[in-house]
Amino acid sequence: MDFLQLLEMFFSGIWGTIKLFTVALIGALVLGTILAGMRVSPTPVLRIAASTYINVVRNTPLTLVMFFCAFGLPFLDIRFGATSSFNSFIYATLALTAYTACFVAETLKSGISTIPVGQAEAARAVGLTFGQTLSQVILPQAFRTVIPPLGSVIIALLKNTSIASAFNNRELISAMRNAIEVRGDLVIPLLFGTALAYLILALILGRVFDYLERKLVILR
Amino acid sequence: MKKLRLSIASVAIGLLALSGCGQGGTPDAPAEGDGAQAEAPEYTVNDSADFKDSKTWKAAKDAGELKVGVKYDQPGLGNVKAGSEQPEGFDIEIAKMVAAQLGFSPDQIKYTETVSANREPFLQQGNIDMVVATYTINDERKKVVDFAGPYYVAGQDLLVAADSDIAGPDDLAGKKVCSVDGSTPAQNIEEKYKKAELVAYDTYSKCVTDLQSGSVDAVTTDDAILRGYAKQYEGEFKVVGQPFTEEPYGVGLPKGDDAMREAVNDALQKGMDDGDWKKAFEYSLGSADDVEMPKIDRY
Repeated sequence: MDFLQLLEMFFSGIWGTIKLFTVALIGALVLGTILAGMRVSPTPVLRIAASTYINVVRNTPLTLVMFFCAFGLPFLDIRFGATSSFNSFIYATLALTAYTACFVAETLKSGISTIPVGQAEAARAVGLTFGQTLSQVILPQAFRTVIPPLGSVIIALLKNTSIASAFNNRELISAMRNAIEVRGDLVIPLLFGTALAYLILALILGRVFDYLERKLVILR
Repeated sequence: MKKLRLSIASVAIGLLALSGCGQGGTPDAPAEGDGAQAEAPEYTVNDSADFKDSKTWKAAKDAGELKVGVKYDQPGLGNVKAGSEQPEGFDIEIAKMVAAQLGFSPDQIKYTETVSANREPFLQQGNIDMVVATYTINDERKKVVDFAGPYYVAGQDLLVAADSDIAGPDDLAGKKVCSVDGSTPAQNIEEKYKKAELVAYDTYSKCVTDLQSGSVDAVTTDDAILRGYAKQYEGEFKVVGQPFTEEPYGVGLPKGDDAMREAVNDALQKGMDDGDWKKAFEYSLGSADDVEMPKIDRY
């Protein structure tokens, strides 16, 4: 297997990682925002539900969360498609979403607490509902405040996709395993190559967040 | 011979009981306690062994221990059972057999777990003196390590449920086949049997769990590993027995130590000639009647 074929193998691995990452990112941002909203809601049931969920899932190792999704859900006969590769993709993104959403929610909550209470009171005073207050006044500011720590959470998500290869997903780590299996003489360079691939992806993400921060940050 | 078979059977039953898969329908199991554990083969240690030309041998002799890299997760070949600290299996027996010829007793062998990603680096850096870990000889690997052997020619085969009608790789169209992510068997399925659907995990044990639950139709890898599982789950799984690749297992050695390679080759040859190889095989993988001993390749 020559250099070009190895490169091709790695590119298909990177594509797998990007797919997992993108779907899980969207899921985690949506679920995380909902959870953060529940955490600050005036209804005790919602508050308790959200904090219980966060405390349980955030404190479970991701490998276990993925175990539950990849082996527990099929056991309960919860399937999403005919092929096992598609099923495994959904199981893995579900696990990544469920896990990362906790960190997104906690990060957002810290952003929400930087917004002076007076703003929420003012919003209620002019007649906005809780939902409107949250979505029109509080969250837009909270998101802008937490862009740097949110960036760290999302980069962690990118690297966490590497666990999915152990559960029937093809991504960078499986590309690396494939390559090591056929080119035993290049183990160390291949390991460095994999690290480099993650580094490049993470650096690109970092640049995106730098850009967002510059564009969106609130000047006080 | 009969006694040996019986004791192997009782060990298998014991394993079955240990693994906790309480199968309701095994009433015909022979009574326990008839034969204790199958007797582990013993290899005569060659105390006069002297391979001073070999750097590796000399360093190991001076240190009083031979560092051997083996696998820890492949029943029948190299496996550490839950609760146990010592690995066991055919690879381990081969390591003991070779070590005996090199003048090391079994308790002078220090086992280290090696996985696919660290076999070459460990040998190159001198962390271990030899690798006996289902290590297929190929040209790429020969660039950085030397191989003695082969001591066994495995072939990719299929492990299926005992009542399955899959009789070979051509029956796999539309079926789910499980293997380890990135391994050669997995790559073979992806390249040559495109109609089969590959499921890839990081360990074979996950595949076996899926085969038990019926989530996959077959597990594929080298037949020796599958034999180990078939023996562990006797009556539940069977090995199809139509190998469709050739994987010569060699003993990996540090590159350039020709004296060591000669010595290990001689040791393997001697073990095959005087019956130790067969004993090792039957002790760990079951009957060796239809198994051919490979021809040592002294390149």
